[in-house]
Amino acid sequence: MANKFFVSPAPHVHGDLSTTRLMGDVVIALLPALMVSVRVFGWNVLAITAVSIACCVLFEFLVQKYLVKGPATVGNLSAVVTGLLLAMNLPANIPLWIVVIGAVVAICIAKMPFGGLGKNIFNPALAARVFLLIAYPVQMTSFPKPTLEGFADAYSGATPLGAAKAGLVDFASFDIAGMFTGAMGGSFGEISALALLLGFVYLLMRRVISWHIPVAVIGTIIAFSAIYGATEGGALVWQMPLFHILSGGALLGAIFMATDYVTSPMTTKGMVIYGIGIGVITMCIRLWGAYPEGMSFAILIMNSTVPLINKYVKPKRFGAVK
Amino acid sequence: MAKTFPIGGVHPSDNKQWSKSSAIETMELPDVVNIPLSQHIGTPATAIVKKGDKVVVGQKIAEATGFMSANIHAPISGTVTAVDLQPNGQGIRQMMITIKREDDVWDEAIDRSETLVTECNLEPKAIVEKIKDAGIVGMGGATFPTHVKLSIPEGKRAEILIINGVECEPYLTSDYRTMLERGEQLIVGTRILMRAIGVTNAVIGVEANKPDAVKHLQAIVGAATDIKVQMLKTQYPQGGEKQLIAAVTGRQVPAPPALPIDVGAVVCNASTAVAVYEAVQKNKPLIERVVTVTGAAVPSPKNLLTRFGTPVEALIAKCGGLAEGDVKVINGGPMMGRALSNIAMPVMKGCSGITIMVGSATVRGVESACIKCAKCVEACPMGLEPYLLSKQARKRAWDAMEANDITSCIECGCCQFTCPANIPLLDYVRLGKQTVMGIIRARNMKK
Repeated sequence: MANKFFVSPAPHVHGDLSTTRLMGDVVIALLPALMVSVRVFGWNVLAITAVSIACCVLFEFLVQKYLVKGPATVGNLSAVVTGLLLAMNLPANIPLWIVVIGAVVAICIAKMPFGGLGKNIFNPALAARVFLLIAYPVQMTSFPKPTLEGFADAYSGATPLGAAKAGLVDFASFDIAGMFTGAMGGSFGEISALALLLGFVYLLMRRVISWHIPVAVIGTIIAFSAIYGATEGGALVWQMPLFHILSGGALLGAIFMATDYVTSPMTTKGMVIYGIGIGVITMCIRLWGAYPEGMSFAILIMNSTVPLINKYVKPKRFGAVK
Repeated sequence: MAKTFPIGGVHPSDNKQWSKSSAIETMELPDVVNIPLSQHIGTPATAIVKKGDKVVVGQKIAEATGFMSANIHAPISGTVTAVDLQPNGQGIRQMMITIKREDDVWDEAIDRSETLVTECNLEPKAIVEKIKDAGIVGMGGATFPTHVKLSIPEGKRAEILIINGVECEPYLTSDYRTMLERGEQLIVGTRILMRAIGVTNAVIGVEANKPDAVKHLQAIVGAATDIKVQMLKTQYPQGGEKQLIAAVTGRQVPAPPALPIDVGAVVCNASTAVAVYEAVQKNKPLIERVVTVTGAAVPSPKNLLTRFGTPVEALIAKCGGLAEGDVKVINGGPMMGRALSNIAMPVMKGCSGITIMVGSATVRGVESACIKCAKCVEACPMGLEPYLLSKQARKRAWDAMEANDITSCIECGCCQFTCPANIPLLDYVRLGKQTVMGIIRARNMKK
């Protein structure tokens, strides 16, 4: 017979989604923020990013080949995303050997021992960042000044949140425009709200993520700081929320870290609960904790609640009796 | 905004362009037909002819076995040469009646004229009886015996009739062509069905990718207010019974064992409505249907009015034959159809189309790890968690699957269609559903 008949159960067609495409879209969505960082902090940013990505991909390849002994998985680009996100959570003047250690923690401790992509409990890039923060506190918290000409060097060396913690911020006069466009100290991926929001719009348009987690996180931070601001009185009601969403890792975390598929809930209701949790914990740490920034800790803590959320928060079934 | 169902759904390319502009053609009569005794959901029919019997077109050759079954009629005239086991589309042997054709002699009771008979004064019971006699089953693919659907259980009341002209399955155009070319008969059939279940209003649901069908049917209905032609947003699986009811009425049929009638709705396929017209007004039993033969590599895709029992390979040959090499021949559309290993399979009551895939489209993508993207949860029109159900099926955690409402699954395939990791979610979900349903049946029997 000239024909070979193929059989399989339905469906016989597949949509255009693939893991590689989704991961590739996340990389594209992060490019505006990366470009702003290069402009503000110089070429060093690219060196850190390159080392971070290269190490993550290499380590995943090696672990997969020699320890897991499974088919190569680096083609799905998830190690590239981890490397890129790890880099963007580091200061722009971090020594490169620390970046390598970060990649080891992200891939060889936080991701692969659980079984690789899809199995890890904690966001690998954030687990690595928190490890580095504890292991190398000096290098991880000395941020270079934004060097772009024309921007006021408002917080030379310190981050806005660090200044706020030390009681140095005058909420009536902080540089909103600078924080929006990238003229603030901090990990190099988090400095420009504008670039991050651009990435958010792209992710929504490509239907890579839904709005639930970012909106829940940011909404909670706004509500929490507005209430706190109100108790302090005066214009702080709106100044505090604005300061808290633009500073630190709020947007980078809400849009790119908290939405990591593997470590976030499966239902929209679950996503909202998870997002609110992140917002509340972040604000508690920022206002009353020892660290100036709490985003990383908040996301990691909420990561650990995801299996529980998935178990108890079910989607609304069709035809469920009201 | 156009109406649609409330949760989930996907947007596969509809690929109806291949066959949508081909007017219905009549397929040549086959010389030999094999008529399966099981062409419907329920108990197979019982043969009432034997080897050597002469039959005419429209003569009953197999009788419904009990209530949940359907009569079967001779689609051609000639001599019964065998009543025995023959391979079906999957190569599994089933009871079939083989008839060798002699001419084309019809049962005299059948009115073969083209005259449109609009008047129908029969009592509801008599209408249902005629539909039952004619062996009509749901022609959208589910093949649920229509007379069962129309027999409203004691204590329930039908409020609305919905005619399913959605045809959300990609590629297929048989309902579309039927709506365009047999619109008058469809509308009369709809009014007969309304009379049968005692309702005063009906809605014909058609998706927005068939605006000319909407316009055509609307023109036939004219100023009458009993039938409304409702355009729906194009979204798969809108043609699912529960999805269509929700799209049209906003009411959601609760989980099984609840039925559409529990929310006051009865749904019939558009081609079924035409068959009802023919059965009630023309005494013509269900012996033929429109079958779309389509696919990117089919030389001339067509919509063929085909007598049952005609081998699928004859239809394919009529449309230019199969290309050399790897092929996948699907009985139905690509989302819910069944792949055939035996293209000698006879066309049956539920066969709305033959879709042919070639080359790389015949094989599935390589499965990779679940990244928990939740796309399957988002896509599921029943609000289930396919990732979880498939995982539980792999672990044979049947109790957990039952607790997670596996029996609500309509097997539409949205989860697997959307999965970026190419996980065969529905394979596992289907396996689990069948097992769980078996467990539930066994439990109920013990009670």
